[in-house]
Amino acid sequence: MLGEGILKGLAETAKNFAGSFVSAERLTTVQYPEERIAPIEATRDFPFLVYDQENRDGGGPEWEAGMRCVACQICEKECPPKCIYIEKSKDKKLDYLGKAQYYPARFDIDISVCMSCQICVEVCPFEAIKMDTEFELSTTDRFGGLLFDREKLAKSNEHYHKIHPTEAAQVDARLAEEKAKADAKAKAASDAAEAKAANLKPSAKPAEGGD
Amino acid sequence: MFETLDQIFVLLRHWLVGFLPAAWQPAISVVLSVAVIVGLFPALFALTVLLERKGLGRIQNRIGPNRVGPFGILQPVADGIKSLTKEDIVPTSADGVVHFLAPVVLVVAVFLGFAVLPMGRNMTLVNMDASLLFYFAIGASTELSVFMAGWSSRNKYSLLGAMRAVAQMISYEVPLLLSSVAVVMISGSLSLNKIVEAQNQYTWGLPHWYIFTPWGFAGFVLYAIATTAETNRSPFDLPEGESELVAGYFTEYSGFKFALFFLGEYLAMFSISGLGTTLFLGGWSAPFSFLGWVPSWIWFFGKLLVSMCVFIWIRGTLPRLRQDQLMNFAWKFVLPLTMLNLFDAALWHFLGDGWARWVVCSAILAVAYVGMAWVGMRTKHFGARSYRYAE
Repeated sequence: MLGEGILKGLAETAKNFAGSFVSAERLTTVQYPEERIAPIEATRDFPFLVYDQENRDGGGPEWEAGMRCVACQICEKECPPKCIYIEKSKDKKLDYLGKAQYYPARFDIDISVCMSCQICVEVCPFEAIKMDTEFELSTTDRFGGLLFDREKLAKSNEHYHKIHPTEAAQVDARLAEEKAKADAKAKAASDAAEAKAANLKPSAKPAEGGD
Repeated sequence: MFETLDQIFVLLRHWLVGFLPAAWQPAISVVLSVAVIVGLFPALFALTVLLERKGLGRIQNRIGPNRVGPFGILQPVADGIKSLTKEDIVPTSADGVVHFLAPVVLVVAVFLGFAVLPMGRNMTLVNMDASLLFYFAIGASTELSVFMAGWSSRNKYSLLGAMRAVAQMISYEVPLLLSSVAVVMISGSLSLNKIVEAQNQYTWGLPHWYIFTPWGFAGFVLYAIATTAETNRSPFDLPEGESELVAGYFTEYSGFKFALFFLGEYLAMFSISGLGTTLFLGGWSAPFSFLGWVPSWIWFFGKLLVSMCVFIWIRGTLPRLRQDQLMNFAWKFVLPLTMLNLFDAALWHFLGDGWARWVVCSAILAVAYVGMAWVGMRTKHFGARSYRYAE
């Protein structure tokens, strides 16, 4: 019968209309600034730079000293909208493996250009850049206010654990494994060097060991 | 007491005009009525926009605007201030004069229609013998303003929207007129006042509204379809389909001119609902004879607001038609049925009183409806979508 579907549709919308007044599960609106729902774990929007709490190099504020980024500039090159700008440092600092590395003298992300694709995160070999969940970034200064510098981008590993616990635990495990491997290698190397030294000068070894 | 309340606006006007010298009285009296109409309907427009936004929200299980004022009732004020303070942009290559005139012509033409609507007992601004004719003559000029807007903007979307609008409005003007002609045939008058008087009678406490007759019911449904198309309301909102034509013929309008178009559209809805109320729903007459003491203007505006709610309900329910569906529907379904409805009204008149005319007239319309639906839908196949070339 012609017009039956229209009547059915009208009944459906009338049901919705009346139902939204009486049934809370129909009315799913969350009144945002007053009410909030916790973000799901996979939430991501803009990147941030991870720093470790333990102060490796001594100088400078914690975020600068513990920053994992080594200014390799892979993310800068891979970024599709080119919103990352990095200036490599002149000097080197020790990284978490105890190796001397460059660090970013400047690291800017223009979040008005960033498209939240996460490619920078995927290409980073140092687990230094991760996705944040902070979305309330509106500002009255549309140029300066949306250009995030090093200090603004740096967030602790603790923060990373808070927003993406599972992922952060995996990253930590991987880094620990890498460090253990590097330590073992360093130990093996030093042992070998010691053995070599011992072979060359056997009499000197006990004295050295006694130190 | 009740009569005073019923005639309160008439008496008020009379009392106010009484302070003036006799020579001025007729002119000032008209100016007063016009001022009330010009003030009242935009206020109703603000109310309806809020109602629409809230109602559509509820239909979609949302809350709707609730931030400005308690429960969001000041939202129309905020919208108004916003549209007044916005920059008024006129495209460089647009025809400036016509571009400016289009919204003005629309609002003026729509306001003129209110002049002949009986909004209550003795509450018709201009009591004409051929007020229905006047109404349709004025109503047709809204098409002009739509095309002025589309053409002067020099924008392909505007022009396409205007083309669609003109095609649609002219197509649906025909069934709109023909469905009203049935009323004129029965009541024997083109005067809206007389049409309301003819319906303001009661048998066993029930009114003689034309919607309660077979031809009147069919006529009302056809009229409602035609008005929905005529006012560019969903599901016939192709001329301003936001997803296809940005905003149709008023793509290039901003600020207060855009607000004027918006206002004109809603005023057209009010006025055409008012006409439908007058023709089929008994105008200002009460739905039961024992409710006759309630002021007549309350019934008129009550029926008007109910019609607006139905418009909103339909907008919240139906998706937009395609252009060919729109035209097919107008010319192959609505128009033949309105023609048949004219015949039905004539039959109703000549069969005289008695039960026979109820059966005969209802049967003709029912058979025609079912038959035309069958013929029209015969070639349509519904079911899972099949792809001819994609596989």
